[in-house]
This record gives sequence, C-alpha cells and structure tokens, in this order.
Amino acid sequence: MLITERDKLSSEIGALADRLGRTRSSLIPMLQEVKRTHHVIDSFTMQIVADALEIHPVEVHSVASFYAFLGTEKQGEFVVRLCRTISCDLADKDAVARQLQTNLGIGFGSTTADGKFTLEWANCMGMCDQGPALLVNDRVFTRVTPEKVHEILADCRRSFGVFAPEHKEEHLV
Amino acid sequence: MITSTVGPLTFSQIEPEAGLKAALAMPRADIIAEINKSSVKGRGGAGFPLGMKWNFAAAEQSAEKFVICNADEGEPGTFKDRVILTEFPDLVFEGMTIAGRAIGAKNGIVYLRAEYTYLRRQLEDTLAKRREQGLLGKNVLGRDGFDFDIRIQMGAGAYVCGEETALIESLEGFRGEPRNRPPFPVNTGYLGRPSTVNNVETLADAACILAKGADWFKSKGTEKSTGTKIFSVSGDCEKPGVYEFPLGISIAELLAAVGGAGAKAVQVGGASGICVPAAQFSRKIAFEDVPTGGSIIVFAPGRDMLQVAHNFLDFFVDESCGQCTPCRGGNAKMLEGAEKLREGTLTLAALDELKELAETMRIASKCGLGQTSSNAFMSIIENFGDEIMARALTQSEPARN
Ligand SMILES: Cc1cc2nc3c(=O)[nH]c(=O)nc-3n(C[C@H](O)[C@H](O)[C@H](O)COP(=O)(O)O)c2cc1C
Ligand code: SF4
Ligand code: FES
Repeated sequence: MLITERDKLSSEIGALADRLGRTRSSLIPMLQEVKRTHHVIDSFTMQIVADALEIHPVEVHSVASFYAFLGTEKQGEFVVRLCRTISCDLADKDAVARQLQTNLGIGFGSTTADGKFTLEWANCMGMCDQGPALLVNDRVFTRVTPEKVHEILADCRRSFGVFAPEHKEEHLV
Repeated sequence: MITSTVGPLTFSQIEPEAGLKAALAMPRADIIAEINKSSVKGRGGAGFPLGMKWNFAAAEQSAEKFVICNADEGEPGTFKDRVILTEFPDLVFEGMTIAGRAIGAKNGIVYLRAEYTYLRRQLEDTLAKRREQGLLGKNVLGRDGFDFDIRIQMGAGAYVCGEETALIESLEGFRGEPRNRPPFPVNTGYLGRPSTVNNVETLADAACILAKGADWFKSKGTEKSTGTKIFSVSGDCEKPGVYEFPLGISIAELLAAVGGAGAKAVQVGGASGICVPAAQFSRKIAFEDVPTGGSIIVFAPGRDMLQVAHNFLDFFVDESCGQCTPCRGGNAKMLEGAEKLREGTLTLAALDELKELAETMRIASKCGLGQTSSNAFMSIIENFGDEIMARALTQSEPARN
C-alpha cells in the first residue's frame, strides 16, 4: 500500500473511532465499516483499529476472523452468498450454485481475478419460504433460478463501483 | 404478510401505544405482575417465563440496565422475526420501552443479524419517528423521569450470537463465544450491567398484553403455553409463509392449514429442534409437548431424511464457536457418521458410539448449540431407522452388475 493510501486509511479509521466512540464495543461496527468500504480488513487496518481502541492487534484479528461477514481475506466488490441450509436445499439450491460457478468462473470461497465478485455459501438467511435465497452484499434475492442468476450478475456488472456502497437498500420481499 | 387462523391477526388488533400508555399509568411492579399473570413464555425457543426474567432484572440495584432485543434470528427455517420487524416494528419498540419502564433501564439495543442489513434503514426511520412523537427520548410520553432510547447494532454473521450470552459478547466487541451461566444476563449482562435479552416476538407480545390485559392473552393457547405464536413454515407444503396459530395446535392441524397434509416428517424448532415422524402428528406444539421458537420445516414422502440430517450437521460444524470440545469435536464426528451412513460404510458398533457421543454432547456442551445439535440426527435415526439401515445394508453390498 502506498504511504498516502495508508495515511488516508488511518485518518478514516481515526474519524470512525471518534464517531463511534473509542470503546471496545465499537470494534465490530468499525470493522464492518472498513470492510464495507475497502472489502478487506488487512494487517495494517487491524493495527490502526487496535491503536484507536488501545487494544492488541491480535484482539482485532481474533474478532475479525470469528465472524463470517468480516474475515481477513480480500473480497470482491460484490459478495454473493447462496444459502445452503435445509429449506433452500430442498428448493434445489444446487442448480443455482452450478449456474453461479459457471457464470463467475470460480468456485465457492473464491474471488474473481478482477476482484469484482466473491462467491460464498451462507447459512439460513431468513427467506426459507422463498428459497433458494441469495444475498448480494446487503440485497436479498429470493426464488432464485439459474436464469435469474444471469440477470442478477449482469445487473451488478452494469453498476460496477456505484452500486455496492451507495445503493439505497430496500426491502425486496 | 402473516396469515392468522385465529380470526384477525392479533398484532393488527392492537391500538398503537395502548400498551405503553397503560404501562406508564401503573406502578412499575404492576407491569411485571400483569406479564406474570399472562404466563407468557419467551418466543425465541427456550420458553423462559417473561415475567420472571423481567422481575430478576428489576430487582437488581444498578446505575445502568439494558433492554436487549434479540433479532439475530438464525435458526434454520425461522423468518418470522424478519416479518414482524417489517410489518410491526412499532409494536416491538413499544414492548422494549415497556420493558425499560418495568426493569428501570434507560437504554435499549436491537441486535440485528447481518443478513438483515436491508431492514436497518426502515427500522432507523421508525425509531426517528418515535423520537419525534415523544415515544422515545427524554420523559417518554411526558412522563417525568422516564427516559428511554433504542439503538441498533448489527451482527456480523454468526448463528451462535443468537445465544444470549454470545450476543452480549458480540455487542461488547468480542468473539461470539457463549459465557458460563450463572451469572445470567439479568444479573451481569451487557457491560456487566443487568440486562434482559428477549426475542422480537416476545417483546411485541408484551406490548399486546399491556394493551389488552393478561386475561385476554390467556384466553388462547393452553394452560402451560398461553397465547398465540407466530410460525415460520417452509419446505414441502403448498402455502409456506408466516402464520399465527394458537399454542397447543397439533402438528396435523398445522399441516392441514399450510397445505402440507401427507408429509412424511416435520422438523419442529429448526436444526436444533426435533424431527417428528407422521405417526406422531397428533402431538401438540406447545412448551409441554413439542416446543419451538416457531420454525416448521415440512418433508414430503420422497425426501431422503439422511440428507436432511447431513445438511443440519454441516450447519452445526460450520456454526459451532469451537470453544468447547464436545461440540467442536462432536459435531464433526456426527457429520462423519452421517457421511458414512450415506455411503453405507458405518458399522452398527460405530452407530452405537455415535448415540453415546450424542448423549455426551447433550450433557457436556457449554451452550444450547452443542446441547441440541445432535437431536435432529438422533431423532431421524430413531424414527427412520428402516429407511437408513436398509440403505446402508444394500449399499455396502458389492455391486451386482
Ligand atoms: C445457539 C443458539 C442460538 C439462538 N438463537 C436465537 C435467536 O436467533 N433468536 C432468539 O430470540 N433466541 C435465540 N436463542 C435463545 C436465546 O439464548 C434466548 O433464550 C432468547 O433470546 C431469550 O428470549 P425469549 O425469552 O424472549 O425467547 C438461541 C439460543 C442458542 C443456544
Ligand atoms: S456448545 Fe458449541 S457453540 Fe456452545 S460454547 Fe461450546 S463450542 Fe461454542
Ligand atoms: S434455509 Fe435458506 S433462507 Fe432459510
């Protein structure tokens, strides 16, 4: 990372800590914000966050690595999560899984070479009556079919760089 | 949308803020007395009496207390809290405010699961509106000295954080590892302060009880399981969705209402619940018979029950926090057993060992996750032994062609 980028990230995290409060309870909200905007919680970030909260960076690592929606790996701009739990399984999530892999050209747990998409499994996301269910960042898609996969991903591709953080969330049910 | 079978949906019959107004007009102790009289039990799954929980927290002397709403809804097959938060958010916040008054807390926190991030904006809007209307903030509804506000904190993708002490750990900025209990959250909760942790639906019910009285609430349900309950129904049925049923309804009656008659089995209570075979469909869904947080998953005759067990075990291996050995190691062993059963290579001796292991996990695991994670697999082995064993046998025979 360039020194200027590091400085920028440090001041961003500093501002975040000021806004959320420099207490341990702010740790997860801080990590969520960094993850949302930078798609990664790297060791530099962990050090700066640790400094801001006056804890050891290992503490930050231990928390980041515990939660499925945090983690320390670099992820794509769009994190695509397919539910693999029972009701979606009964609704043939496997067909959707195959289509996702074909369309993105990657397997589950990987990120496309251009850094745009990460494909992951997720556990029950509370849409069991409308499975198979899919989350793309914060947006939920239900009754997903292999044909719909194509539309959903094409939509993401069209809005690169704009959609992810700025999209106005709405309840799609 | 919530479909009700008990006449108009209970939640939509409640006059806005009637419960809060009633609560503010009575002494604090009377609020808890009314809740106690209703005998309402927690809707999150464990079924702990709500009045008792509030009473413990109210009895604590502390400069600060917290009311926590558990909106982590991670149990497979559960989605009713999402619908309640979408359609009746005011009722939930009203219930939290009543709880604040009852136990003497100034702060409420909603722990909302990361998967429901898309709900956050509208919930924040509802909170802002309540502040404008004087339903939150300083001197709630003009009541001198009663200040109460609510904030939302997001989860980060961990089923175990629905367990109340793990939830508190997560709120405090730690890994979601359940704590030993006691001490219970009502004594030592968030930031070491007395805290009540309640399910979304329980809090909405509290508002209804204060609005319409304990006797009205008790007029539905059974003696030990009072009131109606919101169910999440999915799987092989014609009309999956969210339903209101009285507690005490039999599984057969429920199936008839959702178009699931003819099912071979029903998973009640999600992955940590039990798998009830057709022969037992006359059993009642109630805390005294088959308890549930509201998850109902229907399986049609053609379904492979071993695949179901396998899916649940995958889930638990993934979601175990890894803190204690019976759960961390036990679930992995269970999964291995289910895989071998599918391949037809599990010996009967190994099966017996799995049953013993399940018992060890039930007794020795630290939290509810490890204590219940083998239930579904064991009830499937017990009730569908024929299906499972027959296959194991034929599949272990050498191929004939
Ligand atoms: C592994 C595990 C996960 C849980 N998940 C939830 C959950 O998502 N929502 C919930 O309300 N309760 C959940 N619970 C139960 C809570 O620990 C707690 O009993 C409940 O929030 C109390 O609220 P109630 O009395 O209003 O039901 C879970 C328990 C365990 C052991
Ligand atoms: S039972 Fe499982 S989830 Fe619960 S504390 Fe132990 S390892 Fe963690
Ligand atoms: S099982 Fe997929 S959303 Fe619940």
